[in-house]
Amino acid sequence: MNAPSPVPLVVLPPGEQLRYAAWLEGTARGGLALLVVTYFAYVLGAFAPLVPLDTMPALWNQSAAAYMAQTGSPNGWGWLAQAARSDLLNLFGIAILAGSSIVCLLAVIPLYARRGERIYVLVCVLQVAVLLLAASGLLTVGH
Amino acid sequence: MRILTAPSPPTRGGTPLRVVVALLCLGIALPAAAADPAAVSAMPWWGWPLALFVVCFLLGIVAVPAGVGGGVLFVPIVAGFFPFHLDFVRGAGLLVALASSLAAGPALLRGGLANLRLALPLALIGSASSTVGAMMGLALPADTVQTALGVTILGIVAVMATAKKSEFPAVAASDRWAQLLGMRGAFVDAASGREIDWRVHRTPTGFGLFFVIGFLAGMFGMGAGWANVPALNLVMGAPLKIAAGTSSFILSLVDSSAAWIYLNKGAVLPLIAVPSVVGMMLGARIGARLLTVLKASIVRRLVIGLLLFAGLRALLKGLGIWA
Repeated sequence: MNAPSPVPLVVLPPGEQLRYAAWLEGTARGGLALLVVTYFAYVLGAFAPLVPLDTMPALWNQSAAAYMAQTGSPNGWGWLAQAARSDLLNLFGIAILAGSSIVCLLAVIPLYARRGERIYVLVCVLQVAVLLLAASGLLTVGH
Repeated sequence: MRILTAPSPPTRGGTPLRVVVALLCLGIALPAAAADPAAVSAMPWWGWPLALFVVCFLLGIVAVPAGVGGGVLFVPIVAGFFPFHLDFVRGAGLLVALASSLAAGPALLRGGLANLRLALPLALIGSASSTVGAMMGLALPADTVQTALGVTILGIVAVMATAKKSEFPAVAASDRWAQLLGMRGAFVDAASGREIDWRVHRTPTGFGLFFVIGFLAGMFGMGAGWANVPALNLVMGAPLKIAAGTSSFILSLVDSSAAWIYLNKGAVLPLIAVPSVVGMMLGARIGARLLTVLKASIVRRLVIGLLLFAGLRALLKGLGIWA
């Protein structure tokens, strides 16, 4: 009679890690999919961009500030008002990718709170605050 | 008694590696050769993004076996050999590193190789400093940043060439901060099938290192895996696999902060960022499969050589010696 195969050892990660992973997977995939779709719409000319594609080679070797001054491109969240432009529409996917961690952190805060882990509630809240501050445009608009 | 010895496995990976090396050199040389003003103006608008996609695809292939993130390769190479301004290269570089980190994050968290308790406090410090680094990097003149980038890349080359790794560092006891934050855990080492309990120490030193690492990542638009892993493994004593997995996850938070700064300053051009991200991620998928075929040490030496060249190029470009 053959010896039974050893049961593989498994260490289950903590619940908050699994929840974080689930939210991260969903938001990252969604952001990436949107990015690819909007990019093809942009380069294939599905609708008009703010900055014509054939002018890009003369512009992309200039600083971001010079680029914005010459093209009238918005800074901060100003792109939302012109999101119908195919180049600015791409920023939706980029914003989702950059913001996915905020969603994940908000999802795990209740788990830490339920277990009374106030330190990690505080760490997550502070991390969300840092990300929101960076995302808000307050640190960059006007500078 | 006959003692049988297994024949040595045939050396694999010679032909695929030579092909990848040749394509990579070609992929970098062509943009460099074409970057004189007359050639740049003759190139159609889609030529450079397409070239960028191809180069990033090749970088993605070699990055995985070499054990480096795509971001640290992307910025010096693209900044040195493509006609894009450094602002846009850094914005795209952050997105490349971020996207790679986001793609790997879920599996690493589920597999226990990325640890949230170890990552979150360090990432908090790193993301705050990366925000500052990004703001400063965008405020400084491009030549100054280019020169600093060259010096930093050469420093990274030195770290990569000399840094040792410790698969299971000996940590006698956690320090007070690590105990307070519960920075400990367990994982199953696939190679041995054993459950490995781990803990860390020198947490305040780790905080200081991640502050500096985050600042550099934000300023230069790079991922910081080249520094995160030694900091977690050699300084804080995390097992190498935990260090590598947690480092990748930390980047998702550190690079997000900096990416927002670049995005809000208009330094993210989709025409550059998207082919970079997609090319790198597609290449990395192939690179992961080639891990069993390519000899990792040879690829790592290739990448170090590539970075050395790119670092010198960035330094000389910043100093105006090699415009």
